[in-house]
Amino acid sequence: MSNVELDKEYWRWTESRYTNPDLNWQDGDIISAGVDVGSVSTQAVIMVDGEIYCYSSMRTGSNSPDSANNAMDWALEGTGLSLNKIQYIVGTGYGRVNVPFAKRAITEIACHARGANFIYGPEIRTVLDMGGQDCKAIRCDQRGKVTAFLMNDKCAAGTGRGMEVFADLLQVHINDVGKMSLKIDEEPEPVSSTCVVFAKSEAVGLLRKGWPKEKVLAAYCSAMAHRIVTLLLRLGIEEKFAITGGIAKNIGVVKRIEDELKLKAPEPSIDPQLAGAIGAALFAKALVEKEQKKA
Amino acid sequence: MITVGLDAGSKNTKVCIFDDKVLSTASVLSGFDQEESAEQVLNSALDKAGIKREEIKHITVTGAGMDAIKFADTNITTITADARGTYFIFPSVRTIVDIGAEEGRVVKIDEHGKVKDFGINEKCAAGAGAFIEAMSRALEVEIEEMGELSLKSTKQIPMNAQCTIFAESEVVSLIHQKTNKEDIIRAVHDAIADRNTSMLRQIGIEKDISLIGGMAKNIGFVEAMNRNLGFDLLVPKDVVAPEYVSALGAALIAQDKIRG
Repeated sequence: MSNVELDKEYWRWTESRYTNPDLNWQDGDIISAGVDVGSVSTQAVIMVDGEIYCYSSMRTGSNSPDSANNAMDWALEGTGLSLNKIQYIVGTGYGRVNVPFAKRAITEIACHARGANFIYGPEIRTVLDMGGQDCKAIRCDQRGKVTAFLMNDKCAAGTGRGMEVFADLLQVHINDVGKMSLKIDEEPEPVSSTCVVFAKSEAVGLLRKGWPKEKVLAAYCSAMAHRIVTLLLRLGIEEKFAITGGIAKNIGVVKRIEDELKLKAPEPSIDPQLAGAIGAALFAKALVEKEQKKA
Repeated sequence: MITVGLDAGSKNTKVCIFDDKVLSTASVLSGFDQEESAEQVLNSALDKAGIKREEIKHITVTGAGMDAIKFADTNITTITADARGTYFIFPSVRTIVDIGAEEGRVVKIDEHGKVKDFGINEKCAAGAGAFIEAMSRALEVEIEEMGELSLKSTKQIPMNAQCTIFAESEVVSLIHQKTNKEDIIRAVHDAIADRNTSMLRQIGIEKDISLIGGMAKNIGFVEAMNRNLGFDLLVPKDVVAPEYVSALGAALIAQDKIRG
């Protein structure tokens, strides 16, 4: 696909891969991996002794096994590491039962809590995972073990898919939506927080009225934030509070959630979209250790 | 005495001119300036009926955009308009299902046409016309053709998504899996019928039941509702088409106003 064509797909966020230059897989005792096949994105994370060695993050294709294979191949690319050297692989996410090379599937709720614990530290008690087609509020203990959760997977309002619809409508790249929504003088009234279809037709009306894109995006980001805050408040928030998933990278939504909750979420040092796969890779490591103990 | 009923809907603005009987009806896209659209559609209905503007004694407006129609003499809620219009056409009806572009309503009326109870879904596009519209775009099938096509379906397939946005993705993957278009369209109709049947059950099913609003023009959807309920819904045909029932109700209430 040419760059010109890619430019037209405003919803398409940037895919990425990474290899940790400070680690060498040959020196490790346990090589474990987690693959998170989400409804919108797939991540493969490979860990050496519980540290991130390499990862990939890409768009989920039309079937889960292919998406898992592609993500794994890309993560391994150029590392010299091969699939058979990975001792344990855990699948998670929406397509977790369809990860061909995974020994075990673990729910994304457990993996996101575990991943958030790794990314943000053991003092995290509430995790908000904002995914492509769902949104989860999770409470966990100091080891990242889930104690309670609530989720919305029935409605696009408050999910990444809803944001993609708006990126497309306004012809603003999904990576820029958040930043752009903050370039306003005054916070406008939010559009409908209950239905993306209605929010979209409201937005069309606002654009016709002459509202700049920034203001329309602000109205949508705050509607989305409000919807998510409602879910969080139903579960009850215990500090510290952290955000994972793709929308965690949308500063426009994150800032408005923080403002409404009057709480700050810590800045991630690692891509928060990887949380599920990181959690899965950590579970995989623990399962190797368990097997070794038995043996 | 000539009266006018205007239904300023979220998608279309409908008008009905009445004098002892329905003289004419007309519809136009509500567009950006709803008052201008109302003005325009009223003029075309007047032309159709061969009547001058000055002959109108009273204009009553209803619908989501009614506040924008400043030239109307009075306004009434959509629930009242639904009840009045339906009772005029089908006096035997006790439950009305009105499904418009962005809203679904269920109204219960007594033997005198008085509203007893009602329920509205205005928060979610699944269950309203906007759902079918989105699916017709995804399927690249004209919305007017959806009904007929679904009748050719030979297989019942389930739709997992409730949300319009998610259902759009589901329809796209069904297309990729080479699922028969007719079967997908039937599944779309079944999905929206399920939503509305459960709203109907919540308020209580009392016969006869009529189906009005723009969605009642879709034969595939009417069939899906009939299948769900196990009996046939009454769909207006002769007096006015189903999407004009609220406008007719408003015109009838305008008649009541001038009679005092």
